Amino acid sequence: MDEQEKRVGMLSGGQVTRREVLKKGLIGAAGLTVLPAVIAACSSSATPSPVATITPTTPPAATPTPAGPAVTPAPTTPGAPTFIGPLTGQLTVGSNHSDASEVAGMASIDAAFKTATGLDPKVNKVDHNTFQTQINSYLGATPDDVFTWFSGFRMRFFASKGLATAIDDVWANVSSNYTAGFANAVVGDDKKVYGIPVDYYPWCVFYRKSFFTAKGYTVPATWTDFLALCTKMQSDGITPVAFGDDGGWPAMGWFDILNLRQNGYDFHVGLMTGANKWTDSKVTDVLNLWAKVVPFYLHGYAGLTWQKACDSLIQQKSGMFLLGLFMTGEVATVDAANKTTVLADIDFFPFPFMGNSFDAEKALDAPIDIWMASSKSTTLQADLTNAKAYLEFWSKGSTQVLMYKSQPGFIPTATDADKSSYDVLTAKAVSIVSQAQKITQFLDRDTRPDFAGTNGVGSFFLTFLNNPSQDLAKFQKSVQDFWDKLPVYTGA
Amino acid sequence: MSELEPQALAPAPASAGAGASVSTKRPRHYSLLNRRDKTLLAIMVGVPLAIFVTLIWAMTLVSIVWSFTDWNGTDPMHFVGLDNYTQLFTTYPFFWPAVAHNVMWLLFFICIATPIGILLAVLLDRPLRGSWIYQSIFFTPVVLSLAVVGFIWELQYNAQDGFINSVLMAFNVVKPNSTIDFIGDPSLNIWAVLVAASWRHIGYIMVLYLAGLKSVDPSLREAAAIDGANERQTFIHVVFPVMAPINVVIVVVTVIESLRAFDIAYILNQGINGLELLSTLIVNTMLSEASLIGFGSAIAVVLLVVSLVPIVLYLTRVLRSEDI
Amino acid sequence: MSSFAMAGQRTTGNRNRRRLSRVGLHIFLIVLAFIFAWPMLYAIYTSLRPYGEIALNPNGFFSTPATLNLNNYFNVWTAGPLPMFYWNTAVVTIPAVLLTLWISSMVAFTISRFSWRFNLLVLMIFTAGNLLPPQVIILPLYKLYNIIPVPAPLSDNGRLYDQFVGLILIHTTFQTGFCTFVLSNYMKTLSKELVEAAMIDGAGVMTIYRQVVMPLVTPALAALATLLFTWIYNDFFWALLLFKTGDKRPITAALNNLGSEFGSDPTQIAAMSVLAAIPTVVLYMILQRWFVRGLTLGSAKG
Repeated sequence: MDEQEKRVGMLSGGQVTRREVLKKGLIGAAGLTVLPAVIAACSSSATPSPVATITPTTPPAATPTPAGPAVTPAPTTPGAPTFIGPLTGQLTVGSNHSDASEVAGMASIDAAFKTATGLDPKVNKVDHNTFQTQINSYLGATPDDVFTWFSGFRMRFFASKGLATAIDDVWANVSSNYTAGFANAVVGDDKKVYGIPVDYYPWCVFYRKSFFTAKGYTVPATWTDFLALCTKMQSDGITPVAFGDDGGWPAMGWFDILNLRQNGYDFHVGLMTGANKWTDSKVTDVLNLWAKVVPFYLHGYAGLTWQKACDSLIQQKSGMFLLGLFMTGEVATVDAANKTTVLADIDFFPFPFMGNSFDAEKALDAPIDIWMASSKSTTLQADLTNAKAYLEFWSKGSTQVLMYKSQPGFIPTATDADKSSYDVLTAKAVSIVSQAQKITQFLDRDTRPDFAGTNGVGSFFLTFLNNPSQDLAKFQKSVQDFWDKLPVYTGA
Repeated sequence: MSELEPQALAPAPASAGAGASVSTKRPRHYSLLNRRDKTLLAIMVGVPLAIFVTLIWAMTLVSIVWSFTDWNGTDPMHFVGLDNYTQLFTTYPFFWPAVAHNVMWLLFFICIATPIGILLAVLLDRPLRGSWIYQSIFFTPVVLSLAVVGFIWELQYNAQDGFINSVLMAFNVVKPNSTIDFIGDPSLNIWAVLVAASWRHIGYIMVLYLAGLKSVDPSLREAAAIDGANERQTFIHVVFPVMAPINVVIVVVTVIESLRAFDIAYILNQGINGLELLSTLIVNTMLSEASLIGFGSAIAVVLLVVSLVPIVLYLTRVLRSEDI
Repeated sequence: MSSFAMAGQRTTGNRNRRRLSRVGLHIFLIVLAFIFAWPMLYAIYTSLRPYGEIALNPNGFFSTPATLNLNNYFNVWTAGPLPMFYWNTAVVTIPAVLLTLWISSMVAFTISRFSWRFNLLVLMIFTAGNLLPPQVIILPLYKLYNIIPVPAPLSDNGRLYDQFVGLILIHTTFQTGFCTFVLSNYMKTLSKELVEAAMIDGAGVMTIYRQVVMPLVTPALAALATLLFTWIYNDFFWALLLFKTGDKRPITAALNNLGSEFGSDPTQIAAMSVLAAIPTVVLYMILQRWFVRGLTLGSAKG
């Protein structure tokens, strides 16, 4: 193992080697990267940026930020004074945690922050979808001091537009609590740190164990098995695949995983960044695969929220459900309302494999949620210390576990998080992510936001799903045309 | 204006009828008064007018200017000529559906909802026991917000547990996997939304028309009845023509409401997947993660131009009859 | 002579037919009224049922309820800060209605009572602007709201964006267009002699406005007030896009927020919708007469 392979190994819990990364050199050190430099390459900068991204990795052994220019996010000052202490003044917090379970988690964290510092943060709760769709107008106007957001290109995009404040000083205090994969995920185009990773969750296929046992179904390992199982379920009068695409984003999870399985990580990243074209025949292949599973989707999916789809899984009307681990939050909510224990019956498996050379990548979407400091907040200068204290507070495992207790789908990112509190599902999720050689964030986090917007790719996917047998060349061209017309990205 | 000023400052003795003489005697006071009143009046109209022009018309102009740029809200703005319009009219796949849906909205309102509203008005105009109860029921949806209308109809429409599908499933008309997908089916959902929107529009039109009918001179109907015209003939040949002013209002209300349609579609699915409307496209392209301000402004300008047609028609008609 | 007799025959024939058609008309109207009322009745009914019971029933909502209670209302009321959303609505709606009536009555007074040179132009500017779809101006307005400085007591962030005052401003502006049009028409119907008599008595412009014209237009103002209240209360668009703070939103726009919080539970969404609808429906029931008058004022003169 050479130096870089070792580093890659460390990132992923010591199980990984990846030669092609070394060959390319472009992606630099971060082995398990997503969407990395390619974006920088399409920017005005002539030199490809070595900055890598992504990589939620297992947090087993605390891995200090490895040496190496590419990974080290900005100069750090070990042992810098903590921002957490008795605080005065105020702090405004923009939160997209609007689901019942997450609201409860936020409440307990803010209470803990008040106990620790004496400062009661003022939370501005906006429902998840609205927060996301209005992020531009929110950050450009009078945002809160700190706010919830996503890592990946989506973070860098807004950081590069001067809508976020670099927090290298906070990072200096907390970097030892993160593995390099997480560290990379919060570095902006300018190599400064812009976020504190607080949770991540893999996208897998969920099902009910008792239901599979009762019906004699087995977990499908391959795409062929998967389709066969779908056919069987359908003949049993069960909807094979729960799916709710209200909002347009859940379909992106399907495209991601099919593209990763069929064409591999590198092609996918290229597609997300514009290096590859949507008119590519490889995209046609993916759409053809997708067309095979569309008939198995829950009826009426386009008008259903993912929560409704989740309910059909809970009620055993549907057999399988591809979604992020956060779906367990909805299960827990329903359990609480109906005094049931469905959550204990939920299990999941990685999306089935195609039987091609990309199987070994074991790739999957595992988005990282982060907290950021805004830049246009009118109160930020006065509240800066408070904001940094809040971000630092979120980097503690003890804080993240508070959210985890309410929303078991959010796996803590901090190395010092108390893993004894993890349930079986979480442990399994951690292990699946650690085995993945390649990890992506999620389509709408890996590509430019104006492409991922409401009337962007999400709508395009719906037009495909509505009629999978349409003229795909024409469809793909319309997507590519839309991409080509977007303003030139002038990131750092 | 000049008639009013003389007396205003004139003390009591000068009073009655001596306007002209007073004015010639005290020219200075006039001009003072004139200025004061004029200033007052100018403020009373000028300030609101200035605010209105700034917030509405100046912003409209800004939209027009932006529609020729590639601005995204943060990066420097470049003028790109008609590029946004070219993309809109040629390659952007959601524009023509949005136009089509607005047109469908308009046609549905004009051909179905508005006539039903007029019919109800005509039916309820006659002396009828319990007429006010019917009127109240038909009108109640009008006071609901469109957001609430969206939620209320979602309870009817949902493909999984909506009322309509629950009934159909209970009677085995549909199976759980073949329910009517009112919201998700892109060829169906616009109609579902139109029904919900009409539910609110019908009562609105009914009340407007009812008031118009009440103001029709009863002797006209009596004359028609004496001439042997039946009710339908009376309505078509006598009442309807007399109602011309109200008819114009109704047409304008219908057209404007169709162009403004936003809330229900946005509540149901943010205006995607078959529910594209010009209004939702504007919001989704500009005030979203996309922030494609130049492109979105071009859509806004299209909506503006289309809206100006009924507005101008209406204004020319209204203002022609103004006795100013 | 003969035509007279025929007319008589027709009337007797008509009487029977009319009685029959009257029964038919009632049946038709009752059916239609039920169809109209149904979605609202169903929302109320749904809001009274526990979701757990429905989810477990194979027939879903089409099932006999074992329990009907107000639990959903309690849940909604406690989960979301509903009283605060109502308060936000009041803070926006009441000043906006009063301001609109005050300003539009002044403008209408001026342009209807006096031979003002730009009379026609003013009316056109107001009326045409009022008819514009708000989506046309939303983005420039949003940017403008972030530029205009506003001092502290009116705004807690120094701008119009995300502020009650900003929402009040745009509502007032937009509605002034409509109300000016209505009121100027209304004022033109008032007798000119009254104003002239006041002038002769030496009353100033403001005195005439306050003491002569305003009392006369009170019925129109009352009618417009009920209408404005409903429109502003029901606004979704401006409040959704000109606010970033979830807790500042008025109740109608807050529905969107709550919708996601109650996720997949339609019974709570129903309870929430009913709660949001109550104020305007109650207002309508109490002030029905004014309501209808307000709507028809605008169209009385076309």
